[in-house]
Amino acid sequence: MSPELAQLFRYFIIFIILLSITGIYCILATFNLIRALIGLEILIKAVTLLIILAGYISGRSALAQSIVITLIVVEIVFMAVACGVVLWAFRHNRTIDPRKLSNLKG
Amino acid sequence: MPSAFILVPFFLLIILNLPFKFLKGESAFWLFAALLLAQLFLSALCPLDTPGARPDPLAPFFAFGLSIDSLSRLLLFSIAIVVFTSLSVSRYSIKGQTQRFNFINLVLIMLIGMNATVIVTDLFSLYLFIEVTAVASFILISIEKEKFAIEGAFKYLFLSAIATVFMLSSIALFLLLSGNTSFAAIAGTFKNSADNFLLKLATGLFLCALFIKSGIFPFHGWLPDAHSSCPTPVSVLLSGIAVKACGIYVLVRLAISVFILSIDAKNVLMFIGACSIVFGALACLTQSNFKRLLAYSTISQLGYIVLALGCFTPLALTGALFHLFNHAVFKSLLFVNAGAVEKQAGTIDMDKMGGLAKQMPFTATTSAIASLSAAGLPPLSGFWSKLIIILALWNSGRIFYAGVALLSSVLTLAYLLSLQRKVFFGRLEDSLKYIREAPLVIVFPEVLLAIITVAAGLGFAFMLRWF
Amino acid sequence: MTVRLIRSIVGLALTSVALSALMYRLGSPLAAVFELSVCAGLMSVIFITTVSFTARVSKERLSVRRRERFMKFWYLPFLVIASGLLLSRYLRIPQFKIPAPSGAQDVRNVLWNLRHVDLFGQIVMLLAGAFGVVVLFKEPKE
Repeated sequence: MSPELAQLFRYFIIFIILLSITGIYCILATFNLIRALIGLEILIKAVTLLIILAGYISGRSALAQSIVITLIVVEIVFMAVACGVVLWAFRHNRTIDPRKLSNLKG
Repeated sequence: MPSAFILVPFFLLIILNLPFKFLKGESAFWLFAALLLAQLFLSALCPLDTPGARPDPLAPFFAFGLSIDSLSRLLLFSIAIVVFTSLSVSRYSIKGQTQRFNFINLVLIMLIGMNATVIVTDLFSLYLFIEVTAVASFILISIEKEKFAIEGAFKYLFLSAIATVFMLSSIALFLLLSGNTSFAAIAGTFKNSADNFLLKLATGLFLCALFIKSGIFPFHGWLPDAHSSCPTPVSVLLSGIAVKACGIYVLVRLAISVFILSIDAKNVLMFIGACSIVFGALACLTQSNFKRLLAYSTISQLGYIVLALGCFTPLALTGALFHLFNHAVFKSLLFVNAGAVEKQAGTIDMDKMGGLAKQMPFTATTSAIASLSAAGLPPLSGFWSKLIIILALWNSGRIFYAGVALLSSVLTLAYLLSLQRKVFFGRLEDSLKYIREAPLVIVFPEVLLAIITVAAGLGFAFMLRWF
Repeated sequence: MTVRLIRSIVGLALTSVALSALMYRLGSPLAAVFELSVCAGLMSVIFITTVSFTARVSKERLSVRRRERFMKFWYLPFLVIASGLLLSRYLRIPQFKIPAPSGAQDVRNVLWNLRHVDLFGQIVMLLAGAFGVVVLFKEPKE
């Protein structure tokens, strides 16, 4: 692996790690279910960038791009279903606070 | 031939959604049942993927890259049995024409997802179909839109997304190291450079993701909530096969064919398996909710399979796979019984029940058979699989783990017998005097599964040779 | 409350745009276009639809929450900057062998000819999403 490629790799990895920390902070520090979903989204975007980076470095950008395109479709459907579940959680509990979501015990 | 397993349900899905009125009613149910019976026979009889076999007739059109070997066949067989059970329970539990139609469509999607999970040969496609199964199961858990179901669905959703992030980072690292995500390429990378730090990191991440998906001990948080709060046919489906086809099967497949696990990884697997067994068994002793107890029991039994997998001798692997099949059968049976009791008695709290054996004879008998099989009493099938696991552990020198497995087998017997006593034997409560046996659609799968349990126990040598 | 939530959603869309630019720089134009159109667009629509159905939090509890959050996570910006600096100094990527690149392939070729299973999976996923929306987004009958 050539030195400038290694340098590029390092900077991108650092950016990905910082993006992941932002996503994890977003999930932990929120009192709102929708913002927790946004944090999850940020984490998945960090991993998308990791996939593209891996494709670029190993030369297989075509395979990486097809993976990312499929992944984006999966992500959209997942988010749509997650928003539907949050909607019904709101309708039952009248709040979107995750701390109140503890009806099931034991 | 392998593509039939995923293309035929797909065509059925499209046909069911064409705008014809008569398709939305009963015919949907019978078509689906016929499809499942076809899958049952096809999976037991189809030829394995040997080098001299006939190529896939669809090869010029679709380059699917699927392959069925004996592990996949066992899973396809179990998937057919459990989905058939779930379908016939749904006639009883889910009311309303549109609800049933939605249920059938979503279970079809889940069937496509699970069938494809067990027969693809590419790591990213594996992830894709695991995700398809997961999304279908979120929608299925919240299909009745009850308060507890929505909460269970959200917890499952969240942890499944975390598992997604781990799995995808692992796939990215594998792409970096091997240039392709198919099983063959990754196995080749493992052979060439086995002690690369990034390779170990990628393996570790993927295994963590699979632990989350299977509900093994440190990451089991979603399992009791999700499995106990959803409607009965969905519980049967989730606990009977989805947790296994998506989580445990992938672990077994990767450990056998793709990854080359180091000694540390195997020790970690055994330790986590043992912790799951003990934790699940102990948590079961304090439960008063029938379905929640069964969910914790699932954690415990899956721990057995992971423990045997960590041991990794051929005898242990045989025991693990046989226990997988047995658990699919007896856990579905127990959930069907729980559903029957819940619907007829109107409550799921075991402290309020008692003495139902006279009113519901079929349910009581089949529940007793399933409990004895789970606890490992001869000559039922559970006995053989547990015996093989304990023997394999003893033979490979892990005496401590064999002891743990044996003792928790006693614990399993304890909590299941107390379950039976609380619900079926004992004094009959006054408020429950008038309930009758559940209708035929529930009794039929109960009896069928009980027969399978007994038959697998008696004819288990035959089963071993078959698969 | 809703204003801050919409700010988060716009922030997510801006992250998508930034990510799309980075992906273009890394030589993946098709994925960049996909990410821009789908994530920056469709996802914001889905989130804003959901936000419009759920309620807002009253103002006086907002400042209490802000203080709680500040108390719990005050160290985080310092942690992020420090970890960024430390990583850029000391992160050593171990040497590994990159596999030999195969012939220059077009994305379209790979996607449509080699990965049929993925396409099939995408179709099934979209059908699952359609059913999910039908089941979950129906108005409750009063």
